[in-house]
Amino acid sequence: MFDICIIGAGVIGSAIARELAKYDLSLCLLEKDQDVSSGTSKANSGIVHGGYDAKYGTLKAKFCARGNQLYDQLEKELHFGFRRVGSFVIGFDDQDRKTIEALYENGLKNNARGLKIVDGDFVKKREPYLSDQIQVALYCESAGVISPYEFTIALAENAVDNGVELRLNTEVVGIHKQADHFVIKTHQKPIQSKVVINAAGLYSDKIAKMVGIEDFEIQPKRGEYVLFDKTQGHLVNSIIFQTPTEAGKGVLAVRTYHGNLMIGPSSTYIEEKNNVNTTAETINEVIHAARKSLPNFDLKEVITTFSGNRACSTKHDFIIEESKKIPGFINIAGIESPGLTAAPAIAQYVVEMVAASHLISLQQKSHFNPERRPYHHVSEMNPKELNELIQKHPEYGRIICRCETVSEGEIKDALSRSIPINTLDAVKRRTRAGMGRCQGGFCTPKILEIIYNELGIPVEKIEKKTAGSYIVVGRTKKAFH
Amino acid sequence: MTKQYDLVVIGGGPAGMAAALSAKQHGVENILILERDKELGGILNQCIHNGFGVHHFKEELTGPEYSARFITEIQKTSIEIMLDTMVLKIDNHRQIHAISPNHGYMVLKSKAIILAMGCRERTRGAIRIYGSRPSGIYTAGTAQRLININGYMPGKEIVILGSGDIGLVMARRMTLEGAQVKMVLELQSRSNGTLRNIVQCLEDYHIPLYLNHTIVQIHGKNRVEGVTIAKVDENLAPIKASYQYIPCDTLLLSVGLIPENEISKSARVKLDSRTRGPFVGELRQTNIPGIFACGNVLHVHDVVDFVSEEAALAGYGAARYIRGQFDTTITHQTINGEGVTYVLPQTMNIYHIEDTCNLYLRVNKPYGRCQIEAWIGNTLIASKREIRCLPSEMINFKIRKEAIVGSSDLRPAQAIDQQPTQIIVKIVGMDRDPSLP
Ligand SMILES: Cc1cc2nc3c(=O)[nH]c(=O)nc-3n(C[C@H](O)[C@H](O)[C@H](O)COP(=O)(O)OP(=O)(O)OC[C@H]3O[C@@H](n4cnc5c(N)ncnc54)[C@H](O)[C@@H]3O)c2cc1C
Ligand SMILES: Cc1cc2nc3c(=O)[nH]c(=O)nc-3n(C[C@H](O)[C@H](O)[C@H](O)COP(=O)(O)OP(=O)(O)OC[C@H]3O[C@@H](n4cnc5c(N)ncnc54)[C@H](O)[C@@H]3O)c2cc1C
Repeated sequence: MFDICIIGAGVIGSAIARELAKYDLSLCLLEKDQDVSSGTSKANSGIVHGGYDAKYGTLKAKFCARGNQLYDQLEKELHFGFRRVGSFVIGFDDQDRKTIEALYENGLKNNARGLKIVDGDFVKKREPYLSDQIQVALYCESAGVISPYEFTIALAENAVDNGVELRLNTEVVGIHKQADHFVIKTHQKPIQSKVVINAAGLYSDKIAKMVGIEDFEIQPKRGEYVLFDKTQGHLVNSIIFQTPTEAGKGVLAVRTYHGNLMIGPSSTYIEEKNNVNTTAETINEVIHAARKSLPNFDLKEVITTFSGNRACSTKHDFIIEESKKIPGFINIAGIESPGLTAAPAIAQYVVEMVAASHLISLQQKSHFNPERRPYHHVSEMNPKELNELIQKHPEYGRIICRCETVSEGEIKDALSRSIPINTLDAVKRRTRAGMGRCQGGFCTPKILEIIYNELGIPVEKIEKKTAGSYIVVGRTKKAFH
Repeated sequence: MTKQYDLVVIGGGPAGMAAALSAKQHGVENILILERDKELGGILNQCIHNGFGVHHFKEELTGPEYSARFITEIQKTSIEIMLDTMVLKIDNHRQIHAISPNHGYMVLKSKAIILAMGCRERTRGAIRIYGSRPSGIYTAGTAQRLININGYMPGKEIVILGSGDIGLVMARRMTLEGAQVKMVLELQSRSNGTLRNIVQCLEDYHIPLYLNHTIVQIHGKNRVEGVTIAKVDENLAPIKASYQYIPCDTLLLSVGLIPENEISKSARVKLDSRTRGPFVGELRQTNIPGIFACGNVLHVHDVVDFVSEEAALAGYGAARYIRGQFDTTITHQTINGEGVTYVLPQTMNIYHIEDTCNLYLRVNKPYGRCQIEAWIGNTLIASKREIRCLPSEMINFKIRKEAIVGSSDLRPAQAIDQQPTQIIVKIVGMDRDPSLP
């Protein structure tokens, strides 16, 4: 019997798991996919928002501004990649100016930090490649960029290192409420837990329905992006939003944590929750809209397009509550943007909720280790450090991914950490091997070989990300027997 | 670790090997080749089909056989080789930074550098094919490596986009391994592969080639399940009414090669947007004194023999530079005329040319009978008849030194401070023949 079982290992579930791991509890984190951060938490803008945007009084506003302030400490402990680069909401005319002033006022109420209304010259000085037509902007010093999947992985890994039992490939298919606990059905053995936390993202309505909670639905709203080579990264230094209008929120342009230019997202309600296709029409719209902020990016330098789905609830705000009907069942649902930013603050609040519910008693652990062992990223090390490292571990001198300069040592490290992984995408999200301009063309065969050597998985059984996403069908000559 | 060499060659493919050998023959002593792979040979190691060496060795070799001849030559010399070594950058002092498991992080000094890093393939993202992002999408070169080097089959039912030579060679290779290659699609109205490959790799195996076609969507959540193909109009835009779903488990992309110039950029070598390789002179010198470039890093070659030929020039250039006999003067400049996409070299110092200068060029569209002409002002200085010129086939065009000198008033090298003389290279079509294969 677990004290608490968390369903969904996105950023929300992982942040909650890590926060709860600070207490003497038996904890379980369930994830249907082969790796953590396989849902929305892997495909979004990767921005730690300043917190001026969400309407004052909403849960989004409350948790966003608070979450933002927790990131410096988290980065120190978990080393996932975070930088406060600041953001601009740029305005072109008087209408925009009014909106920007309103955002500023709203931001002050939300307790957002580092806000300032600035003129076009201020923007131009910091962002020389933006449009000449900018008149005014809302500058937010406290906004930052992170690598969202690395953040989620870091949270989950540190949770596991502190005793959380992570079960991958474990889809929750039913939940039964007993007198004093829940029985959670999966395709493996059922799991028993006193408290259940529903952090299933796009599927949180489905999970809630399993215990009879039917007062919200999750509607997927897709956001499509275009990612460019690092050669375009210099075009922006910070995060560039457009002023929201009746017509929409506009698209943003950002230099990602790792230095690529990224534009997007679009915003379209779709039918299927797991449809993360990209489409020519939408991407063309994104490109067109982005040119308004940043006129000169080079489409020849596009690396890939991708999309992620927002889990928009019919309640139009985050749902963060213990069910009144079903005590011990906690919904963390409808966590659309700024859910990434809010995650650490939501996790702290969940601890308060659990404490207040008196279902289980919270006892701080004496031996919680907040530190996650950092990766030795060859691309970020100086020659002296590298020489010392390679002398001890020669595999750090063998570069496997030429575009992102990722060594064999990093890949082996990823494969031997506390979260067991075996897919190409899991390796990619931890090391960046395959994320560069050649998109794995050069390193895929080499990584297959390393996975085979390290884990003993036959190459034809190695997958890209999900069950059925095999890379090769078999040995030559034998493949068809 | 800091070491000093006369010449460091980056890349141990056919270009790097031939350049090193040529430098050696021209008297350079202390030569090092850096290669990130575990063996020399470059892309040739995975090109197990034949058709290499027809010009250079006057016989038809496979890729590995062609490279083996160079490896054997190199082994007879004192040229030093570091394998499993990745060059990371060239700094402002022209020092090479490289890393390897055996030597750690190295900073190498040298009198001259030859860039021979080859090229990489364009990807799905670069040509923006939309839809889902399952497994089963490979560039043709990656599939070739998986099959020929690693011994694995990427899939069973294959659609190939792009009819470049690698795509064609792979259509045959996959068929021979038992896969079903359903079709090869080509956006343009003509294949950019060589005629020989179209016949021997597609026609001989009854693999259909659909010209004016592209892929508009990829289907499949986990593994590729199919693609939507479409015919394109004269602006290359997909025609909705022609959309057709083709089931398959694998998509191979053969949609172009890009010279791999990240290291060149770190050394501030100036690149030409037409070739995506460095601007070079007659001995393949770049704008940075002492840095030379050859092979696919300079411009994409379809025939390796010309790679070797070009590399020999770079090796000779580096040897002169190291001896202090290199004059950076630019006396002439080649200019694209009518019908030409690029001409290499982009500049010349006529004093470095012994008796002929070899120009490499590509045409911008197919020509039937035509004449390639080089002009200085109003004087035709050289011409060559061709029965056929295709954008996919690089043209080798020789101009005699006397022809160049005879028509320009040449002054002593030191005195040249004015604009270089322009040599305009153009194609004069005799009959543009659209019915060509
Ligand atoms: C286009 C876009 C841009 C965004 N940009 C930003 C931004 O810049 N800044 C910001 O702060 N926020 C942003 N967000 C919001 C942020 O990405 C999300 O709020 C956050 O990732 C949600 O995390 P999650 O853990 O709730 O969901 P997810 O990451 O989707 O995690 C839910 C997990 O539950 C698992 N699961 C589902 N059903 C089951 C089941 N039955 N059994 C077991 N496991 C199950 C899923 O597999 C998944 O891994 C953006 C969102 C989108 C879509
Ligand atoms: C599929 C295919 C079929 C072909 N068919 C034919 C044919 O039938 N006939 C024909 O004549 N030609 C053919 N060619 C063309 C010919 O093979 C190429 O033009 C030739 O190999 C290019 O030589 P290169 O040395 O410039 O590049 P490559 O062979 O690519 O060599 C470059 C080398 O540099 C190394 N390198 C790159 N970056 C670094 C770094 N940073 N540090 C260290 N090392 C580095 C690489 O590992 C590689 O070994 C074919 C090519 C392909 C791909």
